[in-house]
Formats: sequence, C-alpha cells, structure tokens
Amino acid sequence: MKAGTNLEKVLESGRFAVTAEAGPPRGAVPSVILRKGELLKAFCDALNVTDNQTAIVRMSSLSSCVLLKQLGVDPVMQMVCRDRNRIAIQSDVLGAVALGIWNILCLTGDYQSFGDHPTAKSVFDLDSIQLIQVLSQMRDEKKFLSGEKISGEVPLFIGAVENPYADPFEYRVLRLAKKVKAGADFIQTQAVFDVSKFAKWMEMVTDRGLDKEVHVLAGVIPIRSVGMARHMRDNVPGVSVPDEVVTRMEDAKDAREEGLKICLEIIEQIKEIPGVHGIHIMAVAWEEIVPTIVERAGLLPRPLI
Amino acid sequence: MLVSEQKPMEEILRSLDGEKRIFLVGCKGCAEGCESGGEQQVIEMKQKLEEEGKTITGFSLIDMVCNESLTRMKLASHRQATDSADSLLVLTCGIGVQSTAAVVDKVVHPGCNTISSGGAHAEWKEAERCLECGDCILDYTGGICPIARCPKNLFHGPCGGSEGGKCEIHPDLPCAWHLIIERLSKLGRLDKLEAVVPPKDWSVSLTGGPPRPR
Ligand code: SF4
Ligand code: SF4
Repeated sequence: MKAGTNLEKVLESGRFAVTAEAGPPRGAVPSVILRKGELLKAFCDALNVTDNQTAIVRMSSLSSCVLLKQLGVDPVMQMVCRDRNRIAIQSDVLGAVALGIWNILCLTGDYQSFGDHPTAKSVFDLDSIQLIQVLSQMRDEKKFLSGEKISGEVPLFIGAVENPYADPFEYRVLRLAKKVKAGADFIQTQAVFDVSKFAKWMEMVTDRGLDKEVHVLAGVIPIRSVGMARHMRDNVPGVSVPDEVVTRMEDAKDAREEGLKICLEIIEQIKEIPGVHGIHIMAVAWEEIVPTIVERAGLLPRPLI
Repeated sequence: MLVSEQKPMEEILRSLDGEKRIFLVGCKGCAEGCESGGEQQVIEMKQKLEEEGKTITGFSLIDMVCNESLTRMKLASHRQATDSADSLLVLTCGIGVQSTAAVVDKVVHPGCNTISSGGAHAEWKEAERCLECGDCILDYTGGICPIARCPKNLFHGPCGGSEGGKCEIHPDLPCAWHLIIERLSKLGRLDKLEAVVPPKDWSVSLTGGPPRPR
C-alpha cells in the first residue's frame, strides 16, 4: 500500500471501483459540498474535487476535500499546474497530507482564457507529468524537488488523467506510458461515449502491459439535456460526443431518462473491456443522478474494506 | 539582436549520440556577434567534432538563419551534404534552429542556448519563435519550440484538448505538440518523446528567473 486510502484498497483488492466528481461551490458556504458528500458517500469509493475547473474560481479543492473527509468520504484532491508554481504545489501537498487527503490527481489545467478570469497570468511552472514526478519523489524519496529532505512520511496515492479521444490517437498511449513511468498509480479518463474507440485504446494499453502497472478508471458523463449534448459535442475541448448520441437525445421523449440509459449502456460495455478497473462518473451539476446510475449499473453495495 | 551562447560540449555530444555524420549551420548575424555560431565557432566546432570521431559532411554560414527563405535557398545548395548527414547541428538562437528544422527533413540539434533578446527583436512574423528560455530543448522536440508555441508550456504534450492538429486555445493556431509529433514521426524519431523530462530550470530564463546583467 502506498497510502492506504479507500480508493487504493478497493483497486488493489481487484474490485471494480466507482468514483464520482463533486464540484465545489462558487462561494464560501460549506453546506453545498457537504450535501454532495452526504448524497454520494454510500455510492462511491472516493470523490474527486475539482480544482477551479475550466478556470472558473470556486472554493479550493483542498478545503472542500477536508469538508468531505469530515463526513467519512475518501476525497481525491485534484491539482492543476495553471495557478501554482513548484513552491506552492509542494506546500499544498504537505498541507493536504497533514489533513488526511492522500489521493491527489495531477492535471495540467484548463487554460485561463476559458474561465471567468481570462486576463490572469498563468503559471505552468510544471506540466502534469512533471507534477506526478514531483509527487512521487516526495513520497518515495522523501525529498522536495530541490533534493532537500522532507521530515516524515508523505503517503500519497497518485492519480492522473488521459484523454483517449485527443489527437494524435496513436500517441495517446505513449503519453499514458510516460505518466506511469513518472509514477501515476491510477488514471481517470476523459468521458467515454464512443466505446469502440475507447476499447481500441484500451487494447493498446493492455498490449503494452500498462494495465498491470496502473489502474484505469473510465470516465462517464450522464447527459441531462439535448442542449448539453450539443454543447459538449461542439464546444468543450477534449470531449468527443458522437452524432448518434445527440440524435438519440433529440428524438427522446424524456431526455433525462434517455441520457441515463445511454450512460448505463456505456457502463455495461466498459465493464467488459479488459484492463478497465473502474468508472469515474462526472455528473456535472447533476450529482443527484449518481446513486441511480451506480444502483442500476449493478455496482451496489460498495465494498467496505 | 538575440544573444546566445554555446551549449557545453558534453551536452552537444550527448545530443549527437549515435550519430556519425553531421552537417553544421552557423549564422553571420547575431550568433556571429555573440561568438556562439559565427564562422570561427563553426570551424572550431568542426574540429572538435572530428576529434570526437564524427564526420562533418559540410557546413553552411548563412547571413541570417532566422530568415527562412534565405536558409532554404542556402541549404538547397548543400543538398548532397545535408542529405548524407545523420543530423544537423545549428549554432544559432532558437529561431535559427527552428527555421532550419522547417526547411530540412532531418533531425536538427540546437548548439546554443538563447538567453536574451539583448535589445530589439528582429522583425519576425513567421511561426518559429523563441522565448529565450536559456536552456534550449529543441533537441527533444524535433526543432519546434513548445515553450514559445504551446500556451501551456507543456514539456509532455499534447494536452487532452488538441484536436485535428489545432490548439484548443485558439482555432487559428496549430497545436505545437501536434507539429512536434508529426515531425518526429516523419523522421522516425518518436522514441525521443519517450523520455520524461524533469521540471525546467526557469532561473536561466528571461521570463521567470531573477534579473541578469545581459
Ligand atoms: S527551447 Fe524554445 S524558448 Fe528555449 S531557447 Fe529553445 S527555442 Fe528558445
Ligand atoms: S492544444 Fe497543443 S499547443 Fe494548445 S495547449 Fe494543448 S498541447 Fe499546447
């Protein structure tokens, strides 16, 4: 065990893991995140808290994780490179570990021009792979990036993301291999809609034996409305929604039910793909659907280890 | 004027590892003035590399390597020598390395670090750009600069938003990492990208490091 978090235990025991995303509020009221924690707690092995996702200012991931931890949730703190240099990053990691936040997910971060402060100066002192390197050095060698010693242990279960749909397709697995080499323990992927393309990617992952070195959790997004389907297809960088999905949403009488059905069908197929160790549900602003998804996908009860 | 200085010989030799036949490019503009890649330095480099057992298939001194059309023309007249080389070593600022990379289908190695613009930039509207980061990594990226051309300064791109060769941040801009991968696959050198690059030393960079007397 590297950190012994609930997520790590579930994955290491070979069970099919379920994680979900809980976006922090655009304000300082703790009840918003606490409500999401209460709602999702029994249905997931861990909850991700995003770090100013799409460069929109929200409550910090670290404090939201602490709030969730108080409820008994195993939080995954997302950390982006956009807003912090190596000094702030390492300091935040120490603080998080001290507060019992031991799952950290490393991302580069959405560019500031997408968010609500497009005039900000970005940092990008490290990129996501270098962030993984820094975290694994802190944990395994008990050293800061500078080489100076850290006093005490830094237990961490290190996560990263990968997008099987971004171009160039053949190169994405090589990039995943680099994340594994840098020290990633688990991977959460961008949302899967085109399952056959994802399966092809997973085949390349297993061909390289990477599924033996890292736990891959496939991302899923339940679509709530036709507008959301279109918006994701046309405007969200990195997300690829096939036209069939949009058409199905358009033709449906009950869009929400159809979105849920599509999501469940995708999970059914994902479960059969060799090398996939779990799912990560990103129900952006529709967290209340997560219990239904987990239940109808036959993934209850969640293991207690 | 772009101020550059030669990389340490060990680093240059490391980047030429496994390559026997080298073509040299020098510049009679800024690099000549900085004594990092003018006529004398090119001749010295030729000797040093020959002492290391390399064969220099030829060299070219170009008035302004940053002028892509001029460089294309000049290098065309050395066609045989560049074709028979394993790679090119370019003793110029980062822009010169990139304009060389843009006109020859060979691996191009930077021989210098660009450390300051030392005054005014030359008028430069082409895509190749250099942000004077002080520790040139064009060797790893196939002669295309991710520091200047990837808005996120990625050392391990492309990010998850790169689609159809376009940068997610600006649909009119090519994704720098897409270009890097395209070029390295064309050269059969995608293996270069298997490396995990440690965090960059920004202290030598013009933007990010402490002020420096140049
Ligand atoms: S890596 Fe880019 S910014 Fe740095 S010296 Fe080379 S060309 Fe210039
Ligand atoms: S799309 Fe390419 S150039 Fe743009 S930020 Fe991503 S990796 Fe960098």
